[in-house]
Amino acid sequence: MDFVTALQIADSTVRLATPLLLACLAGLYSERAGIFDIGLEGKMLAAAFLSGAVAAVTGNVWIGLLGGIAASMALSVVHGLASITFRGNQLISGVAINFLASGLTVVIAQDWFEQGGRTPSLIGGARFTPITLPFADALAGVPVLGPIYKELISGHTILVYIAFLMVPATWWLLYRTRFGLRLRAVGEAPEAVDTAGISVIGIRYMAVGICGVLCGVAGAYMATALQAGFVQEMTAGRGYVALAALIFAKWRPWHALWATLLFGFLQAVALRYQNIDLGGFTVPVQVMDALPYILTVLILAGFVGKAIPPRAGGAPYVKER
Amino acid sequence: MTLMRTFLGAAATLALGAGVALAEPALIYDLGGKYDKSFNEAAFHGAEKWAQETGGKYLEIVLQSEAQREQALRSFAEAGANPIITTGFAMASPIEEVAPDYPDTLFVTIDGWVDMPNVLTIGFTEHEGSYLVGMMAAKASKTGTVGFIGGMDVPLIRKFACGYAQGVLAANPDAKVISNMTGTTPTAWNDPVKGGELANAQISQGADVIYAAAGGTGVGVLQTAADAGILSIGVDSNQNHLHPGQVLTSMLKRVDVAVYDVMMAGDEAKGGFLTLDLAAEGVGYAMDEHNQNLVNDDMIAAVEAAKAQIIAGEITVEDYGATSTCAVLKF
Repeated sequence: MDFVTALQIADSTVRLATPLLLACLAGLYSERAGIFDIGLEGKMLAAAFLSGAVAAVTGNVWIGLLGGIAASMALSVVHGLASITFRGNQLISGVAINFLASGLTVVIAQDWFEQGGRTPSLIGGARFTPITLPFADALAGVPVLGPIYKELISGHTILVYIAFLMVPATWWLLYRTRFGLRLRAVGEAPEAVDTAGISVIGIRYMAVGICGVLCGVAGAYMATALQAGFVQEMTAGRGYVALAALIFAKWRPWHALWATLLFGFLQAVALRYQNIDLGGFTVPVQVMDALPYILTVLILAGFVGKAIPPRAGGAPYVKER
Repeated sequence: MTLMRTFLGAAATLALGAGVALAEPALIYDLGGKYDKSFNEAAFHGAEKWAQETGGKYLEIVLQSEAQREQALRSFAEAGANPIITTGFAMASPIEEVAPDYPDTLFVTIDGWVDMPNVLTIGFTEHEGSYLVGMMAAKASKTGTVGFIGGMDVPLIRKFACGYAQGVLAANPDAKVISNMTGTTPTAWNDPVKGGELANAQISQGADVIYAAAGGTGVGVLQTAADAGILSIGVDSNQNHLHPGQVLTSMLKRVDVAVYDVMMAGDEAKGGFLTLDLAAEGVGYAMDEHNQNLVNDDMIAAVEAAKAQIIAGEITVEDYGATSTCAVLKF
């Protein structure tokens, strides 16, 4: 593999990892606060649809992004009501959200645009365009570092940079602020938080809300930056891969970055080489596609370290009387 | 008692007769969805054409999951629909299950392969159509490298790929064909993001014409190709209009003609095997105002010559569906 190919694969990795990273961080906020969320897929799908639809109608991608976040937030509120206020089963609520998004997006898209459950192709200002960072062309001549800066670091859409900045931001928020301490505490020992006079319900709603915003950005990234419009089921299981990455990362922000980059890298390699020839031994492309899940199972089974979910995860909080 | 039985028998015969007279055709779209701008949409256009010309009505359903296949077949058969037309190879085994239970109903599978008296199997010579667009791709390519992106990795899609590669090499023996499949599960038909990423990977390997045979995933391939300023080739329906001036041509698979013909025949349609080939205009390439500036006379002449030779039997395009091997392309 030569340098140029490696760069292209790295570039592809970044593009493929971005929606995973955003969804993974979204899940991280929610699950760290004790709300399991397998509805990431559905929220991303709803956001992809509404961002594509709003961007197509208004011609402005930023309004589209807001639309996508709104769609994802709406589903987050549903999830919050079901699992926080009414103390329902979080997994079932998540599954319901996935089905709801899968069906509603196509039906509404068909009703609005009559293009068969898709939004019109986005053109011009209705899409996020790649940003060329300063000095990218001037530095291109510098050996090794020049091409890395120009090809790999520069030339992505703004959402990619936002996604990567979210990692240190999340770390800082969770581990260096009062809100972060409370959020983590709510996921581990909600009764202690309650004893301290802080609203468990309130913190959990905030966490689910942040989750909605990040899923919204992830969905909008797919429909308005990577592609030019919404197509039915376009998330294609990325919400579930993000969940796998979250477990792989053991619910920690920096690890989430490495996990999603690894999963993105595996995808990028699988896309670039259909079958990998290791000196007479051929690795079929399906193995690469399955690796993220295999790795997650290994982690869950305790072969590679141990993944311990937040202690109060999955359980609705009931105040002692 | 005997009288009663006669009456009942007569009533049953009447009811059956009424059922046959009122039989509406039914159309079952595969998971790609009714408006995939491609395969299923072509079936829809054929049915619409029939409906407009005859004023007839037809039943339809868009499958949402694998589990619905058999259920949809049974409920249409119970409702007395005839013929029941299905799109997609995956309907073959549900039809094998259901067809024996309804011997008076004709089931039609487009792309499947079922050998039963009340099943009509309609196939297309996609390898021949792909051969023609492959020749055009090779002639339009400046780099000498062209790409193919398939949907789900199944023999049918390999048939497209193999025919395409043969056409490319016929027009330019030194050309390189990069072939990728999107995946091995049905989500591969609806993953434009992955399609676009595959297109990017092929472009970075030098491909400047990419043929997408991938349902909804193809939309992403065509989009990325247009963004990168290279040419693409659509499939099944005429997709030239999606990006005017940037889609070289589309490999037409006249699913609409097949559906229209079967609906026209109605109760007259019989089970058996029907192959729509180049000679029957079942496959071909699309020319319209959107791609006329991309295709020159030299290309048309070469493709038309090859078409005539294939029809005359002077060129034989290897059919992956029949042989399960491909001499020019490794999967």
